[in-house]
Amino acid sequence: MALWIIAGMTFREAARKKILWTALIAGLGFLAVFGIGLHYQMADFSAGSMPAFLRYQILSGMLMIGLYTVDLLAVVMTILTSVDTISGEIDSGTIHAIATKPISRWQVLLGKWMGFVGMLAIYVSLMFGGTIAEAHWIGGVVPRNPVAGALLVFLECVLALSVTFMFGTWFSTLTNGVIVLGLHGLAFLGGWLEQMSGFAEGSRLVAVGIVSSLVMPSEAVWRRAAFEMESPLAGSLQFSPFADISVPSLAMIGYAGVYLFGALAVAIYHFQHRDL
Amino acid sequence: MLVGLVKPSSGEAIVLGAPAGGVEVRRKIGFLPEDFRFYTWLTAAELLALHGRLSGLSEDILRSRVPALVDMVGLTPHRDKRLQNFSKGMLQRIGLAQALIHEPDLIFLDEPTSGLDPMGRRLVRDIIRAQRDRGATVFLNSHILSEIEITCDEVVFIRDGEVVTSRDLRAQNSEELRVVVRARKLTQDAVAGLAPWSTSTDVDGEQLTFTTPSQDALPDILRHLVAAGTDVYQFTPQRLSLEDLFMKIMGEDRGL
Repeated sequence: MALWIIAGMTFREAARKKILWTALIAGLGFLAVFGIGLHYQMADFSAGSMPAFLRYQILSGMLMIGLYTVDLLAVVMTILTSVDTISGEIDSGTIHAIATKPISRWQVLLGKWMGFVGMLAIYVSLMFGGTIAEAHWIGGVVPRNPVAGALLVFLECVLALSVTFMFGTWFSTLTNGVIVLGLHGLAFLGGWLEQMSGFAEGSRLVAVGIVSSLVMPSEAVWRRAAFEMESPLAGSLQFSPFADISVPSLAMIGYAGVYLFGALAVAIYHFQHRDL
Repeated sequence: MLVGLVKPSSGEAIVLGAPAGGVEVRRKIGFLPEDFRFYTWLTAAELLALHGRLSGLSEDILRSRVPALVDMVGLTPHRDKRLQNFSKGMLQRIGLAQALIHEPDLIFLDEPTSGLDPMGRRLVRDIIRAQRDRGATVFLNSHILSEIEITCDEVVFIRDGEVVTSRDLRAQNSEELRVVVRARKLTQDAVAGLAPWSTSTDVDGEQLTFTTPSQDALPDILRHLVAAGTDVYQFTPQRLSLEDLFMKIMGEDRGL
């Protein structure tokens, strides 16, 4: 019961502080720009004589860029909106009145986590659904496996959320933000270096990518999502930023899941045992 | 530590018959922190409902108790305003209400009157007395000793985390008194004869000042002085204020 009370409170807080609405308005702005871009691209195609299959690949590429932007937006918003929720309440003392109520601390942390997970589910569904719907209606393209892609992006966001919660039980808001964004940056860089191995033909770049993915597997989850959604032809083109040069295995996705619940377990354990 | 926010480095504390900090103990505890911070995006009524739900109260109980508590702390006209628009005194009042929402057996109030005007302080005093009359025990932590003096039944002085002494403020008869006497023919024998009743004596011309642990001794002291041939013009017992007691017990100001 307390879990749902805290989850509902987290949801209501985001709505009252206009975080939820601001994120949705920003998302609508993105969808508007993406839709206008697609519209003009279609207009240009109508004026030219480009072969249909090439048009399809270009539109698929635009869709993947759109979905990648959604992924980046979702992960960054996850970190920015949740970075203050544990550390901020500890620093300000707001947690004192809550933690002295007859509920366990794990319920406080897990309830907040569930509230954010609910918001992320809505956000990712709307943004992914909106981007794919626009691409379908305007350009006539759809990702190969949109459900798997959306679920993987959702997994990536929840992973970032859990890591943010974990460090939030140790560090101040600012330090927590620096650490989690830094980790995601490391994963981002590692993922692109791994992609670059397609040009360099070197296994050492792949090793760097794998190690960075083990440190923080968020970008690896996106690259698997991209593999699931990319059309097979575009994926096989080595010059594409989303080419399936080094596709993270299902074992890596499993590792990301273990990482996520491990981070959440550590967050709960530390929050349960620390002084407030 | 008693409300479960800080873990003991060693030893254990028992509250209401169980180890401090446990969920079942917290169910019977109300707490108003000194540096109180609440979700300022909630209204006063919403905050109380939230804390009531977290305390396990049903919606039926909340429907009647939330307005009653808002009224008790004098915030009925502000019950639907968000806390971000509240003054410190108003926040303190709603903080007190959230500590009482589940009718706890044991209530810890940390400096509950520090941000309040005189009317607010009187209100808090009345609420604390009402809680005591209900059967609850209220721990009032405060540096405003006049508040303690008129509110509490018992006072405990703590220095460096250790109890120095405690006093029963209800036991007026056994409370230490300072007596100022203006007299002539005050002999050394008369002053020395005060020893059975007095802990300290001071003579300055015609003025004799001494302390005595209980007002029960006053008639005997006066009889002794008269019997010793002293002409007594004034005999004024003065109760030591809590502040005097504090200074006496805690010693000089150490900048704490």
